[in-house]
Amino acid sequence: MSNKPDNITPIEAISADPWAQLKSFTRARIALGRVGSSLPTREVLDFSLSHAMARDAVHLALDIDALEADIKSQGCSTVRVKSMAPDRASYLLRPDWGRRLSEKSLTDLNNMNQARPIDFLIVVGDGLSSLAVARHAAPLLEEMRHLLPKGWHIGPVVIASQARVALGDEIGQALGARMVAMLIGERPGLSSPDSLGIYLTYNPKLGLSDADRNCISNVRPEGLQYAAAAKKLVWLAKEAMRLKLSGVALKDESDVQEIAQQSTLELPKP
Amino acid sequence: MMTYRYSVGVQTYQFADLKAVLAKATPARSGDYLAGVAADTYAERMAARMCLAEIPLKRFLEELIIPYETDEVSRLIVDTHDKKAFAEISHLTVGDFRDWLLSDIADSATLKRVAPGVTPEMAAAVSKLMRNQDLILVAKKCHVTTSFRNTIGLPGHISVRLQPNHPTDDMRGIAASMLDGLLYGAGDAVIGINPATDSLPALMDLYYLVDEVINQYEIPTQSCILTHVTNQIQLIEKGAPVDLVFQSIAGTEKANKSFGINIALLKEAQSAVLSLNRGTVKNESGSHNVMYFETGQGSALSANANFGLDQQTCEARAYAVARHLSPLLTNTVVGFIGPEYLYDGKQIIRAGLEDHFCGKLLGVPLGCDVCYTNHAEADQDDMDTLMTLLATAGLTFIMGIPGADDIMLNYQTTSFHDALYLRKVLGLKAAPEFEAWLKKMHIMDTSGQVQPIADAHHMLQNMPKHLLSAA
Repeated sequence: MSNKPDNITPIEAISADPWAQLKSFTRARIALGRVGSSLPTREVLDFSLSHAMARDAVHLALDIDALEADIKSQGCSTVRVKSMAPDRASYLLRPDWGRRLSEKSLTDLNNMNQARPIDFLIVVGDGLSSLAVARHAAPLLEEMRHLLPKGWHIGPVVIASQARVALGDEIGQALGARMVAMLIGERPGLSSPDSLGIYLTYNPKLGLSDADRNCISNVRPEGLQYAAAAKKLVWLAKEAMRLKLSGVALKDESDVQEIAQQSTLELPKP
Repeated sequence: MMTYRYSVGVQTYQFADLKAVLAKATPARSGDYLAGVAADTYAERMAARMCLAEIPLKRFLEELIIPYETDEVSRLIVDTHDKKAFAEISHLTVGDFRDWLLSDIADSATLKRVAPGVTPEMAAAVSKLMRNQDLILVAKKCHVTTSFRNTIGLPGHISVRLQPNHPTDDMRGIAASMLDGLLYGAGDAVIGINPATDSLPALMDLYYLVDEVINQYEIPTQSCILTHVTNQIQLIEKGAPVDLVFQSIAGTEKANKSFGINIALLKEAQSAVLSLNRGTVKNESGSHNVMYFETGQGSALSANANFGLDQQTCEARAYAVARHLSPLLTNTVVGFIGPEYLYDGKQIIRAGLEDHFCGKLLGVPLGCDVCYTNHAEADQDDMDTLMTLLATAGLTFIMGIPGADDIMLNYQTTSFHDALYLRKVLGLKAAPEFEAWLKKMHIMDTSGQVQPIADAHHMLQNMPKHLLSAA
C-alpha cells in the first residue's frame, strides 16, 4: 500500500459545490465539484461512459433481422435497401453517398410492381444512431399504423442501411409514392444517444432539399413520446395530401405547444 | 489565366490556377476530398506547397480566387486592402513570408502595423507552409485587444464565453448554468446563449434574464443571444437590452446569402447596437467593439458556395468580413460541422491552429470553440491537446459549458474546469476588470486561484428569486 498521509482522504480532496439543488432545473452538468480546479474522477468516468454510448450508437450496425421480424409481426411486409456508402467509414465521410441508392437496390425497387400507387411510404433508415432505430422504429410504427386513414395504400416498409434523410426521396421516387416518411437515427448527443427523427416529404424525388420536408425530432420516451409523434406525423401527412406539398409551406398546427418544443431541438448550422 | 507548374525529379505537376495551388497545398482533410479539390497524392501535395512557396504575395492581389465582379467578399478584400501597410512585405514570396513571420524582425508592433496589408488569401497561403509550432509562435506575437465592458485579448490572458444553453430555453435552467459558470470564474468574454426559439417575445425574455443577472451582481461583462441578425435588429428596435450583435459568417457572398446576410446588413446591425451605447470600456480607437461572429471551416461547402476553394482559404476570407466590422469576439467553431469536413482529432487540431493563426494575423480577436460531435473520430483527449496548444498560442477565448456537454446543441466542447486548467497550467488570467470582480466577490482569492464557495455566498443568496424557486 502507498504511504498516503492519514489526514487526506479522497473525499476531502474534492470540494463540492453548494448549489446542487439547481440541478432540478437543468440536465446540464452543473455543480460537479472539483479537485483543485479539475473534474473529480466520478465525473470524468460518467462523461466518458456517455460518450461511449453515443459512439456505439453511431458505429454499431443496425440489427436488421431483428427489426424486420418486429415489423413483420405487425403484419407489414418489408424490403431491404442499401445506400451507395459501402461501410460506416465511407458513410461518415461521404454524406452524398448516403443519399443515393446502390445500383442493385435501385434496380430491385424499379422491378417491384405496385398493384396500386403507394400513398404513404414508410422508410426506416439507420442514420447516425442504430440504437434509436432499434429501440423506437417498431413501436412508433405500431402507433402510426392505427392513425393512418384506412383508404391510404401504405406499401412495404423499406429498411435502408447507411442511409441519410434524402435517401427516402430516391426510394419514394422509385416506388412512385405520393409521400414518404423517413424514420431515421439522429446524430446522438451525449445525453441522448437514441433520438429518432421523422422526415415527411410530399412527392419525393431526387434533388429536393430540407426546405421541402417537415421534421419531427427527438422521438424517444424521454423526449417526444411515440403516440404524440405519431399523431403529429399523421396530422402533417393528411395536410400534405390535402395541400399537395410539404416543407416550409406546410405549417404544423397540430399542437402549438408541441411545436415550440420541437423546433428547439433542431440543430442550427454553425 | 496563368497555370502553375512545379517539377519534382522527373515529374512535373501542373495546377490550373492559384486556388488549385492553395487547395492542393492544404494539409489533408475530409472536407477538401468531399469538395474534390484536395491533392491526389502526398507528392502532389508537396509539389503544390513548393510551388506555393515561390509565388509572390503580390500575385494574390492580381489573381483573385473568386472574381471581384461576382463576390462582395472579394470586393471587400480588394477595396479595403491597405497598400501602405503591405509595402513592408510586398517584395516577399509566400515562402519568404513564412520566414519573415518567424523572424525576430516581425515583432508584435510590426505585425500589427502590417495586418491591414495582409489579405486572407495571403494568410491562408502562408499557413499551408507552416507547421503547428509555427502557427503557435506567430499567433502568440499577434496582439488583438478589444473592449466593451472589459478588455479582451491582452497578452497573458484568456477569456471564457459562458454558454448556459438549455434545450427549451427554460429560464431557471439557463440561470442555473450561468451561476455555475460565474462561480467557476467564467464569463468574461461574453455570456452568450444559443436560444432554442425563434420567437421574438421569448428572445426578449432571454435578453432581460441575462441583463438582470449582469446588473444584479454588477458583472463587468456583456451578453449576447445567438439568433439571426434580423431578429436582433428587430429586438433592438423594440428596446431589448442588446450588448453584442451575433451572426454566423462565411467567406463567400453566396455562403453568406445562405445564412440570410450580407455585409450591408451586418453594418446596419452594428450601427443599431452602437446607438444603444451600452459599452463602458473604450478600445484604442475610442469606440466599443459590439459584434460577435462565429465561423468554421466547411460552412461554405455545406452551402454549396465554395467555388473550388479549399475550406481553410474560405474560412480565412470570413475573417476579412469579421475584420471589417471590428468585432469584440470571433469564434471558430472548429469541430462542430462533422467528420465529412474534419474527420478526426488530428484534422480538428490542425484546423483550430490554422484558424487562430489566420485570424490573429489579420487582426481579428479569435477565440475557438474547441469541440467535436459524436460521429467524429475525436474525444476529450483531443480537446485537451487543442485547447492547450491554442492557449499557448495566445487564444483570445474558449467556451465554458457545464461539464463540456452542451445539452441544447448536442456536442462536446470545453468546460469551466477546462478554463481553470489552462489558467493554472499556463499562468493565464481573466480580463482584468472581470478578475477584479471575481476577487471582490470572493470567487477568486488574492493569488488568482478560484476558491471553494460557501453556502452563504452572496451570489447564491441573492439570485433573482423567480429564477430559483420551484415552478
